[in-house]
Amino acid sequence: MAIHVHLVDQPFNPGALLGPFTNAHPGYGGLASFIGAVRADDDVRALELLHYEKMTRPGMAALAEEAAHRFELLGLLVMHRHGVMEPGEPIVMVAACAMHRRGAIGAVDYCMDHLKSDSWFWKREQRADGWHWIEPREEDHSDLARWSK
Amino acid sequence: MAVKLVFLGKLADLAGSPERDVAGPLDWDGLLSALGPQLAAQVQGDKVKLALDGVLVADKAALAAPDGSEIALLPPVSGG
Repeated sequence: MAIHVHLVDQPFNPGALLGPFTNAHPGYGGLASFIGAVRADDDVRALELLHYEKMTRPGMAALAEEAAHRFELLGLLVMHRHGVMEPGEPIVMVAACAMHRRGAIGAVDYCMDHLKSDSWFWKREQRADGWHWIEPREEDHSDLARWSK
Repeated sequence: MAVKLVFLGKLADLAGSPERDVAGPLDWDGLLSALGPQLAAQVQGDKVKLALDGVLVADKAALAAPDGSEIALLPPVSGG
């Protein structure tokens, strides 16, 4: 079982990652993926994600291990940007490979909920009047709470 | 030697820089006085967590940061 966790400061091409990830797991039963990008809405010119090196990477690695175990995955790929991104650029990609559909879909959902509200990232948006820190949303916490029931 | 303070997210704006070295060792009272009133008020709240050398501090008031260590001030996260 292969777990790949990456935190990068350069743009990445999700399509170019998905092919090799799929090919690396011959015999799989189901593969699910999610890509999150900087939305082109409002007057957001750029988005910046900050992280804390001592905790963000270890936290992502622990999350990936937990998801791989919980959903009995064959493989898991977590790719996350940090730094400044413009609308249209991918921020995050999660791909999970399992013997069955529910494991793959569940693992992606689980990883995204935890990356959004239980991982060491801080986000701010640049609008016409400057940079604004984004506060956690209530939905993020209720999304997360689904997994502890 | 010193203790490095790391300010994450909007706390870096409040601090005026992402990092600051202060004289060590440092306990909770020492941290609060080193931070100054505005940041101290933030870190005393429940929402801001502390980490010592990358490990979350369960009881902030029991903080004991030796010389050469790193304290991170972590506001609520908003990622993904």
